[in-house]
Amino acid sequence: MRCFIGIDLGSTTTKAVVMDENLDVLGRGITNSRSNYDTAAAVSKQEALIDTRLTLFRRALASVPSVAGEVDTILADLERNFRHIQFLEQLEDLERTAIANIKGPRFAGRERAVVDVLEETFRRLRAQSAALFIPGARRKSDFFRDLAGSDFMHVGETVCREAGLGFDVILNVYDKSILEVENRPPAGDMEGKFIRALEKGTMDAGAIAEPVRAALAIPLEETYVVGTGYGRVRLPFPKEHIRSEILCHGLGAHMMYPGTRTVLDIGGQDTKGIQVDAAGIVENFQMNDRCAAGCGRYLGYIADEMNMGLHELGPLAMASTKQVRINSTCTVFAGAELRDRLALGEKREDILAGLHRAIILRAMSILSRAGGVKDQFTFTGGVAKNEAAVRELRKLIKENYGDVEININPDSIYTGALGAATFAVRAVVN
Amino acid sequence: MSEAVKEPSMLLQKEMIAKNYDAITSKHQSGRKVSSTFVPGNLNELLASFGILNNLPEINAIQNGMRKLSGDYILEAEKSGHSEDVCTYVKADIGMMGKGNIAPNGKPFPDPDVLLLSYTGCYTFMKWFELLREEYKCPTLMLHVPYEGDGHSTKNMRDYIVSQLKEVIIPGLEQVSGVKFDIDRLREALRNSAKAEDDLVWVLEQGKRTPSPIDAYFGGVYYIGPIFTAFRGTPEAIAYYQALRKEVQARIDAGVGPVTPDGSNFSDQKYRLVVEGPPNWTSFRDFWKMFYDEGAVVVASSYTKVGGMYDLGFRHDPDHPLESLADYCLGCYTNRNLPTRVDILTKYVEDYQADGLLINSIKSCNSFSAGQLMIMKEVERRTSKPGAFIETDLVDPRYFSAANVKNRLESYFQMIEQKRRGAARAA
Repeated sequence: MRCFIGIDLGSTTTKAVVMDENLDVLGRGITNSRSNYDTAAAVSKQEALIDTRLTLFRRALASVPSVAGEVDTILADLERNFRHIQFLEQLEDLERTAIANIKGPRFAGRERAVVDVLEETFRRLRAQSAALFIPGARRKSDFFRDLAGSDFMHVGETVCREAGLGFDVILNVYDKSILEVENRPPAGDMEGKFIRALEKGTMDAGAIAEPVRAALAIPLEETYVVGTGYGRVRLPFPKEHIRSEILCHGLGAHMMYPGTRTVLDIGGQDTKGIQVDAAGIVENFQMNDRCAAGCGRYLGYIADEMNMGLHELGPLAMASTKQVRINSTCTVFAGAELRDRLALGEKREDILAGLHRAIILRAMSILSRAGGVKDQFTFTGGVAKNEAAVRELRKLIKENYGDVEININPDSIYTGALGAATFAVRAVVN
Repeated sequence: MSEAVKEPSMLLQKEMIAKNYDAITSKHQSGRKVSSTFVPGNLNELLASFGILNNLPEINAIQNGMRKLSGDYILEAEKSGHSEDVCTYVKADIGMMGKGNIAPNGKPFPDPDVLLLSYTGCYTFMKWFELLREEYKCPTLMLHVPYEGDGHSTKNMRDYIVSQLKEVIIPGLEQVSGVKFDIDRLREALRNSAKAEDDLVWVLEQGKRTPSPIDAYFGGVYYIGPIFTAFRGTPEAIAYYQALRKEVQARIDAGVGPVTPDGSNFSDQKYRLVVEGPPNWTSFRDFWKMFYDEGAVVVASSYTKVGGMYDLGFRHDPDHPLESLADYCLGCYTNRNLPTRVDILTKYVEDYQADGLLINSIKSCNSFSAGQLMIMKEVERRTSKPGAFIETDLVDPRYFSAANVKNRLESYFQMIEQKRRGAARAA
């Protein structure tokens, strides 16, 4: 079938969306942007194609009466098994790479011991990996680097201690190797892995094997790819396949909510205020200039300062009972203010509520520059997932612009990629 | 990057500028006097009638910006206490003094004999000359030019300037130069000015053609060079503009666009822009490339009017010498109020059939950048053409964020394209 793909190479994450020619979204994929945009683009695209396969399975299973009502469970199981197979494959790559990296004077005379420790570490990682993919497993991130990394740290340390070897020796090898593995283009044979996942599954393969295999047999043809985002010039395709993220965000927001007239996008390094017309065509836009304070990375920095996960900030800020005022628009200074307030005995949640307000105040000034907020207003980008930021935004929009319909899509992080995929369809179909 | 390809008129201008720097740096041998003065409202013909050479600190800052020296000079000025937010032309100039005050010809600038502040629409100029007066301890002459706050000048304003010329500036220059004021010499220079101004206006107006044979911003800053600086009123300027006119005419005849620094004619023009604000000088060539690589040509700009709005009809007039100098000072673009700037820019978008207005706002210029967003919105409203806003700086290389500027420009061009397609579909 014809697939139209949009890839949004952001400063923090790279997103891909696969669409069919009827503008229906088939799949979405996301990965960390790394320092290697080529790989990030390839991985996000592959992730979106995996998601597309799952959509096709869902469609195929819809016509199987015996699994009615169980499709979600079956697909979740299939995906978990698939992810596990994929994880083991990457783990194997990491092990091979790490062992190959044991060379040079620092290992002189103890190569064998280091190899033994690594082999034992990876053996244990493999053995316990199934737990990462059981139903309901909690994790901070789905990216291989994070999944493999946190386990490697404590397993590796234990194994080293048992062997009487310093952990730093293999940590160094790990750091070098994870970069290599992460920057390698993803391995192929998605279909084969799905078949293995099917065989490995706990579900009754009898009823579903046939429709799943049939869905796997549908070729996914990459008809047209459009790239956007900061890394777009790195994309290996011609200029007419590249669109600015302003246009893509405007169109993406329009696709999600056709009544959209103003879009606010807060991404990793920039905040955009965009006005679009009834067809999703950009009329005007403004962005932050020269300084990226108040963007997604600001929250990332604050999370690091508070030794928290990025996704934990919003929920904690929601628990605040009073708001501490944070004045600095500079990210680093805000960090200093944060420590100052902590020292003064203010509660973490109250300070965080203030920081979220500071971000949204910056966004409000960019919206003013872009011509204000019109009905409907669509909020996109990674920060739109943060409930505390959304709460402040709602308040400030109400205070400044009155009753405006505010749209926030759970998939808002894919807005740019969605717009890009739409451009891809338009380039061929219209 | 390869050596920039220059047109014959650019080479001619280069020679002229080099000669002027040589004349300035050899003042002790020649015995000539040197003034420091600014571009907007400069009284070049008057200075020349006293045989005084003209040294322009802003032009020195631009030269140093393009020659990648301004960054060090600005740091030098900051070391001596000038804040990060001060106009970077000022800091580049002050820093240059701190580092030996070396002219582009490699020789030290001599101290000026007089500081002539002939325009006051930019208040930073006044503070700048206070600093220079402190440094050089030379006579300072100040011509106060009233701001056209109501959108037009009055007879009163003109008389006020003429009386200052008679009572302060001319006697002051007589004293500095030891030369008696000769109104006929001034008239002769003004006659020369008007001739060159005719040709300049002709050149700038060719931006109305499709394809445009000129780039009225990146090319435009070269076109205005002689008339905005030390050459207005000289036979050299007349010759320069005749040569320039021929060059542009040849491109019109061949149906081609302006020559880019890469040496090719930029004829595949997809977007026609009007630009407000000075260019960034430290990354001038990269900045220009961001435009022509995407097919954007600038057909009119306000920056090419800061040293005189000849396209609106003003000419230096030998029959009314002092009055015409007064009118000239009053009419510079920077002396116009915001509603007038909106009118002018709107007219440019319409007359030059532009796709929209782009504003390059200058980070360190508080007086000129104020109100630019409102200008953009109002021009957008009146013309129904999309505007865009970018921010860079004059000569501080730290404030040119290439990735951001490029991103903004590409988005703007694609937005124009998208709107066009939308309009075509609607039709």
